[in-house]
Amino acid sequence: MRANCWFGRGKVEIVQVPEPKILNSQDAIVRITKTAICGSDLHLYNGFVPTMKKGDVLGHEFMGDVVDVGREVENLSVGDRVVVPFPIACGRCNACLAGTYSVCENSNPNAALAEKILGHAPAGIFGYSHMLGGYPGGQAEYARVPFADVGPIKIEDDLPDDRVLFLSDILPTGYMAADFCDITPGSVIAVWGAGPVGQFAIASAYLLGAERVIAIDRFPYRLAMARDKAGAEIINYEETDVREALLEMTGGRGPDACIDAVGLEAHHASPAAYSYDRAKQVTRLESDRPFALREAIRNCKNGGIVSVVGVYGGLVDKFPMGSFMNRGLTLRAGQCHVQRYLRPLLDRIRAGQIDPSFVITHRLSLDNAPEGFATFKNKEDECVKVVLTP
Amino acid sequence: MMRILDDGQTRANEGPAVRRDRLGTALGWFSVGLGTAEIATPGAITRIAGVDNSATNRVISRTLCGPRELAAGLGIFGDERPGRWLWGRVGGDAIDLSLLTAGVYRHRHEPTRLARLLFATGSVIGVTVLDVIAARRHAGPRHVSGHTARARATTTVRRTPEDLYRRWRDFEALPTFMYHLDSVHTTNGTSHWKAKGPAGTKVAWDAEIVEDRPDELIAWRSVKGSHVHNAGTVRFLPAPGDRGTEVHVDLTYNIPGGPPGYAVAKLLGEEPSQQITDDLRRFKQLMETGEVVRSEGSPTGGRNAVHLLGQHPAQPLG
Repeated sequence: MRANCWFGRGKVEIVQVPEPKILNSQDAIVRITKTAICGSDLHLYNGFVPTMKKGDVLGHEFMGDVVDVGREVENLSVGDRVVVPFPIACGRCNACLAGTYSVCENSNPNAALAEKILGHAPAGIFGYSHMLGGYPGGQAEYARVPFADVGPIKIEDDLPDDRVLFLSDILPTGYMAADFCDITPGSVIAVWGAGPVGQFAIASAYLLGAERVIAIDRFPYRLAMARDKAGAEIINYEETDVREALLEMTGGRGPDACIDAVGLEAHHASPAAYSYDRAKQVTRLESDRPFALREAIRNCKNGGIVSVVGVYGGLVDKFPMGSFMNRGLTLRAGQCHVQRYLRPLLDRIRAGQIDPSFVITHRLSLDNAPEGFATFKNKEDECVKVVLTP
Repeated sequence: MMRILDDGQTRANEGPAVRRDRLGTALGWFSVGLGTAEIATPGAITRIAGVDNSATNRVISRTLCGPRELAAGLGIFGDERPGRWLWGRVGGDAIDLSLLTAGVYRHRHEPTRLARLLFATGSVIGVTVLDVIAARRHAGPRHVSGHTARARATTTVRRTPEDLYRRWRDFEALPTFMYHLDSVHTTNGTSHWKAKGPAGTKVAWDAEIVEDRPDELIAWRSVKGSHVHNAGTVRFLPAPGDRGTEVHVDLTYNIPGGPPGYAVAKLLGEEPSQQITDDLRRFKQLMETGEVVRSEGSPTGGRNAVHLLGQHPAQPLG
């Protein structure tokens, strides 16, 4: 079958690989009908995530039809249409039972590798490095889905693929970011990053009852989408001083909660500030550039919440611990516990409360995935989200 | 018993404090003195040793050799187990000897140069002998009692102590999750174990149970006359907060090849403390999910997953 594989920094290629087979009796094989490129795939593409190997199949946002099931699979059968969550979870360990599926204790066979880097090991993730399991991803014609009874959600009505595909990652990720913010009537939420996750964080914050949501980015077309499609007020940090604008917009309080939907490859309006962290990153003195995180912490109101769903890989420098501690902030973070949000979000889609397809700007064939990566990375052609059809 | 709270964490190589003797103290002062000289007057040092008094060699002396000696010296005085720093000195001696050998070869036709180099080489060999003697003396009881080491690992499994005890007590089924074991056969009272040793070797031993408390603890040791000596305990303790059972494994084992063998095994991901951690991870998977979890990158289920080199690319297996 054809699959989009990683071959080094800035290099992905469509190659022929074998079709997946059932490895464990709780697996299912899914024929993929739609898949997508995630912003976090760009961290792999740009070489910021350790433990990738040449030939790794990429992709962790996918859906399709079940074509084979292992003998112990009970909830799925051949022909079912499913969306597959990106974290692989066993459903039976203490972490899964607590609802924290993305830190499942059993789904990462390479936990030893992750422990060396992260201390403890998170769950396995499709197509996202060997320290996160060494699982092939979904930018392919077929994928093997472990613990098929636990993750995949059946789509039994005629909702089009475009409307349910993002249940696999970015919709629940944006929703979890807003869920972390303990939103009450009157809440003002600021969201750094108006990429697809940021867009859904904005929309989710409104769904959860926020009074106002403010989006911060530097690309006018993304800010326009945040304003027109998600309903945010906007700040372009290359034109406007973020601190002054947020003080003005919140009567000097600062946002009640700040969401970092950017992660480790953030940018900064000041070339000097940007160069400082970029140089440290290039010389391996820090692995991640935390501009958005620093700004989210410094601008959050006293006693507020900082919610981090942008991906970080390793170490950051100049973490504003003094501001964080003295002002009594709370930090919440994590890879999304997708399984926890699938059902409620599918219900919201069905009820017409949200149509996640508004972020799609590019529809390509799987064969054009390498072009899709380049366009997405370089923010060419007003790219927000690339969906691929195998 | 010490409790290690981290899931799957192991501690090996731990030993009691060791007192420094006179030879160790002398070598410590020697390190400090030589290190200071290498940093302060690198020109003099290169001349005495007979190597070129070039800018490069002075920089090497100042930034590599000097700090290395100083660190060893301070380590010998400061660490309650000076043995490892003395072994560090032995490693440094090996580097010096290889550099001097290269110098001897290069200047083999210059008699004065050669004489100085040979004198320096002889001195380093003398110091190396003293370093090895001191390192062995300071290595602590682990080395004195035939290269035995200790490994501990622990995990929490969401099952009752009864379930876990019963599964573990079925020795013949242990190879399902203990990947270094080839087979276990039990015959009235003793069991015969066959396992993979480091770097593809095969080892076998007979073991007897020394304590067996149902649902709580199993302790075993190899019988006299076994080639591989080991002893171990597995304990099953209820985890607080209704989270299942803590499994604690404590092993003592002899290391084929002593400390160098241990280093090689560690490099290959084959040293017992890593193996027992991986075994416990698979035991947990088996008891909680009913299967050993495998990925295309780790199709055997996380054997030697500590190294990326051993991984298959994350694409379907052919």
